[in-house]
Amino acid sequence: MRRRLILGGAGALGAFGFMMGLGAWRSGDLRRITGDAGALDRIDLARMDWELTDDRGDRVSPRDWLGRASMVCFGFTWCPDVCPTTLMDISGWLEDLGPEAERIHVSLITVDPERDSPATLSEYLSNFDPRIRGLTGTPAEVAQAAGAFGARYERIPREDGDYTMDHTSGVHVFRPSGALSSIIDFHEDRKFAVPKITRAIE
Amino acid sequence: MKHLATALGLAVTLPLAAVAECASVSAGGLTVTGAWSRATIGNERPAVFYVEIRNEGETADRLTGIDTPVAAMTMLHRTVVEEGVASMPHAEAVEIPACETVGLAPGSHHGMLMGLTAPLTEGESFPVTLQFERAGAVEIDTRVLSIRAQEAQCDAG
Ligand SMILES: [Cu+2]
Repeated sequence: MRRRLILGGAGALGAFGFMMGLGAWRSGDLRRITGDAGALDRIDLARMDWELTDDRGDRVSPRDWLGRASMVCFGFTWCPDVCPTTLMDISGWLEDLGPEAERIHVSLITVDPERDSPATLSEYLSNFDPRIRGLTGTPAEVAQAAGAFGARYERIPREDGDYTMDHTSGVHVFRPSGALSSIIDFHEDRKFAVPKITRAIE
Repeated sequence: MKHLATALGLAVTLPLAAVAECASVSAGGLTVTGAWSRATIGNERPAVFYVEIRNEGETADRLTGIDTPVAAMTMLHRTVVEEGVASMPHAEAVEIPACETVGLAPGSHHGMLMGLTAPLTEGESFPVTLQFERAGAVEIDTRVLSIRAQEAQCDAG
């Protein structure tokens, strides 16, 4: 287990999100589970309960995404290496999908809500595929959402007083029903990633 | 203007004409080429430094640090994904084995440039000095590419 997981406001909601995340995590690495339907079932948009604000200022809940496939990743806009890479990977997948890409919601949930306001997310994401929405909220709201996805993140202080964030780097792919279809690993090859998305859409 | 830019460590260059030849600097058996970075939004966020190092010599070398006038603090990092979680721990050094090419590249080893003196703007370039254990200091012109860039946009020399 890592030393410090962010609990957001560390209130009841944050702690709940944390327990959920931990529970899903302890049950095993989802990417390696093929036969354990129980662990996959636990990550289901239809059973999630969180609310965040998107980069346009609109409130979003997981129910808003049902009926269409969804892709969700975690990151933050101060992230210099991993996040631009993931966002460009996603942009490439969407290009490959062609018109099919219109059938999927794509969201980046920030793990750094203190710095990533809706406006900050909007400015940053304007550099990438315009179909990628950014989601943020209070630290407690983000903790609750991350917990529901079994996502982990941790604030890492730096010598100069600044900080960076470690975070779950896989992209969650959901079916229109909300059920988790697959997780695409960081920097996974397009020839594996795109079929995973296609499978979730159909 | 030229002087101000030089003082900031930013060499003002003409807008990039699509694909050009990469700066390439040799020292001993090492050739350093294809140095690039991504444009930043403002100067509060850290920037990255990517480069290719070819060792055509018979002895291994090590990259022990980088330095640039555009950042107050620099560090070598390595992006690792463990149990699905990405982190970028400090790397003491990057090994450059004999007869191998090692890249600082997205999702792998990279230089972190923190405390930028000014935002990095696409099309500009700035100097970075790489410190090698054997080959010593090697300075290379580093091009600022789009925030979307994933690799050097030039013919590797
Ligand atoms: Cu780094």
